[in-house]
Amino acid sequence: MSTSIWPSGVLDPQGPVAAAERTILLNATVIMLAVVVPVIVCTGLFAWWFRSGNRRARRRPEWSYSGALEVLVWSVPLLVIIFLGGIAWLSSHELDPRKPLAGKAPAIKVQVVSLDWRWLFIYPELGIASVDRLVAPAGSSLQFALTSASVMNSFLVPQLGSQIYTMAGMVTTLHLRVDRPGRYPGLSAQFSGAGFSDMRFEVTALAQGDYQAWVSNVRAHGETLDATRYRQLAQPTSGAAPMSFGHVDTGLFDAIVAGNGTLTVAGAGAPSASAMARR
Amino acid sequence: MMTALLGRLGWDALPLRQPIPLAAAAVVALVIVGALSLVTVKGWWPYLWREWITSVDHKRVGVMYVLLALVMLLRGFVDALMMRSQLALAAAGAQGYLPPEHYNQIFSAHGTIMIFFVAMTFMVGLMNFVVPLQIGARDVAFPVLNSVSFWLTAAGVLLMNLSLVVGEFARTGWLVYPPLSELAYSPGVGVDYYLWALQISGVGTLLSGINLTTTILKLRAPGMGYGRMPMFCWTALASNLLIIAAFPILTGTLGMLLLDRYLGFHFFTNELGGNAMMYVNLIWAWGHPEVYILILPAFGVFSEVITTFSGKPLFGYRSMAAATMAICMLSFMVWLHHFFTMGAGADVNGFFGVMTMIIAVPTGVKIFNWLFTMYGGTLRFTAAMHWALGFIVTFVIGGMTGVLLAIPPADFVLHNSLFLVAHFHNVVIGGVVFGAFAGYTLWFPKAFGFTLDERLGKAAFWCWFVGFYLAFMPLYLLGLMGATRRMQHYADPGWQPLMVVALCGALVILAGIVLTVVQLVVSVRTRDERRDTNGDPWNGRTLEWSTASPPPAWNFSTLPQVAALDAFWRTKYGAPPDTDESADGSGSDPLPAPDTASPLSVPRPSAVGVVIAFFAVIAGFALVWHIAWLALLGLGGVVVTGLAHAWRTENEIEVHELYLNTPGISA
Repeated sequence: MSTSIWPSGVLDPQGPVAAAERTILLNATVIMLAVVVPVIVCTGLFAWWFRSGNRRARRRPEWSYSGALEVLVWSVPLLVIIFLGGIAWLSSHELDPRKPLAGKAPAIKVQVVSLDWRWLFIYPELGIASVDRLVAPAGSSLQFALTSASVMNSFLVPQLGSQIYTMAGMVTTLHLRVDRPGRYPGLSAQFSGAGFSDMRFEVTALAQGDYQAWVSNVRAHGETLDATRYRQLAQPTSGAAPMSFGHVDTGLFDAIVAGNGTLTVAGAGAPSASAMARR
Repeated sequence: MMTALLGRLGWDALPLRQPIPLAAAAVVALVIVGALSLVTVKGWWPYLWREWITSVDHKRVGVMYVLLALVMLLRGFVDALMMRSQLALAAAGAQGYLPPEHYNQIFSAHGTIMIFFVAMTFMVGLMNFVVPLQIGARDVAFPVLNSVSFWLTAAGVLLMNLSLVVGEFARTGWLVYPPLSELAYSPGVGVDYYLWALQISGVGTLLSGINLTTTILKLRAPGMGYGRMPMFCWTALASNLLIIAAFPILTGTLGMLLLDRYLGFHFFTNELGGNAMMYVNLIWAWGHPEVYILILPAFGVFSEVITTFSGKPLFGYRSMAAATMAICMLSFMVWLHHFFTMGAGADVNGFFGVMTMIIAVPTGVKIFNWLFTMYGGTLRFTAAMHWALGFIVTFVIGGMTGVLLAIPPADFVLHNSLFLVAHFHNVVIGGVVFGAFAGYTLWFPKAFGFTLDERLGKAAFWCWFVGFYLAFMPLYLLGLMGATRRMQHYADPGWQPLMVVALCGALVILAGIVLTVVQLVVSVRTRDERRDTNGDPWNGRTLEWSTASPPPAWNFSTLPQVAALDAFWRTKYGAPPDTDESADGSGSDPLPAPDTASPLSVPRPSAVGVVIAFFAVIAGFALVWHIAWLALLGLGGVVVTGLAHAWRTENEIEVHELYLNTPGISA
């Protein structure tokens, strides 16, 4: 994990989604400060000027209505909110987690399973998996399908942008991209029990060549993730070291979803054999 | 045999092997035993029983609510200090001094206590005390029911605090999201304590909401149309309408979770068609209105404080009433913003984002109207006014970060972060707590006949104000740096300095709380210096200041005739020069002097509230520990007590009889 220097996290975006979200955050803050700062200044000014000891203040003890001001007090917040509401509506669509990111190369698919209290990342197109470390090539879009093997969690890499819940029996979709090689902290942002604080992972973004080398290495040396091994992995654990698997059945993720977080579907018992046969 | 007798209760329920909970339990037990012994030795039981415990007087009930809230503020704040000190220590591999199983109970208890038993209880207490006085009524619509409501809240408090000593509390966060709160992941009694404590106190809150709504709708003094109702009553009306609409959702939702946990239902489990997101939707369908149930009465308090200490009528009264009711309606249409990150899709998120922002419009109107209320006034910087000014400055910042979080893509990176924690403390402390203390300072002399020490009150305010910024501005930054909530420890050593600043802020707030206690003690001891002899210590505007401090049990000997807004002010100073009220001339009539000799009736004290609550605690405790016979006994006790009350023959006492033995606390 990196030692933080300001700016960090959300204010130090490393991908297009996080960068767009930071822009929205800063723009909206500036727009609102245009109203908030005058209100704070007026509060101080009015209170100080109309203090009971000020002989120069002009008192208007019965003044309690003004049609013009009434229009003003409704229209100022209304205009600000129309403007910000527009930003909210448009940006909800622009940054919808389901929406694929612009780019020529097809997105790399990653299936994410939150366990108690680890993160399993399955690369279905490669038939490999990684635990507590998400390795990705810098510059490529990533398409996540996420579910949970137990309670609800939320997948978040602050420097990459949008988080999304992982829920048993359901699949959420998220698109992200990391621009530059580097190591970025990721975490669960939804409390999930005793091991929650250690439910962290690292995004390791590699240059294309390094990424290919990593994939080959995992394939050559990683162990096999079959149903038995998965059940072991799904046992409550926290603070264990990252690991990787060289062979994973592409049906594993769907079996976890169909089993509402557990593996109950017939056939999921021998995923590794079919995975190897297909290659 | 033992299982039939004691259910799951055993010696292992006591925290004998955990030093911190054991010490905490011992201290609490000692304080309670000490307090009870003192009352017994001094022989105060008959007085307490007659004048307070069985009282159905809305003023006494209101005072007890506020006292309960202040005591629970101490408990909830101890939790806060433990969390802040843990996080100041547990950086970069260090584990601090609180293991997860304890820390997770602490943040769950902190949220539950602060929302349900401090903020909620305080506001219900203020409304109970003030509303009947402001509308010129002799009591609430259903005085005995009011006592039942209070005691059910107290029962919830007691049950929840029992979990400190016997068993454990929930380790799930204050809203006990399933599936984490389901039996599969939380097999202990913690979630059951949470559920039964809130079910019992929730019934009390719902009954109180019905009571106060009826009171406002039906018992206003002659002449007080809706357009002449004090702003605090408008906000109380909105708040209690929200209670009536929202609390049944809470009861239903928690009821379904109870069925899951006790009878093997599958509403929110991972299996057999259950869906946890149904719970999350339902709990926020209650939870968002709950936010406004708390903040609306605080808005009302600030309206009263700012008009009183500016010496001016409220600017844009009709706008303020309209804004209040608009917030009341809109608060039911925004719940989904608590989980934009569920993946609902752009249209749903966009809709709820825009709806959420729309609430900022009536809220903004209120802020501007308070500013224009001060404009042209003659401001007196009392302690209450300090709280109000501190509120405006703080609340606009909290409102701003709230609108930021309402933009779905911004929420995608800030949801569940310490930024969110900072935001809701910004509005709850800056809004609800400041409002509670402003109201406490404003109406204390009405309740007890002497004002609170102003100098200590201002000192307490400055500690809270400065302490709030020290404690929560660092959390905004930490949230932006990627720190999430409910962490027991964290890896990044760069976060530690800000965590230490936040702890310092919490300690400054602690000084504010200590000063509040000191202020109370000093004010009671030196009360003769600050007697409120004419019932109107602040040159007030509304009817509660027209009667004595403390008011007689029947509030007003002759019901006030209301001819204008700010009824008491108009009585004192005449109608405003250019309104139609001046034409009918009634606005300048002095209110008739209190006439204690006329035969009035007030409701008879009733033990039904405290007895029902006693059985409710027994039932709740028995259900937590699965002791069937005791649960039946408790539930039976509740029903039989209610039936016995239904067969009562005497309801009321004539006042001349009661008047003789009504010692005020100031006597």
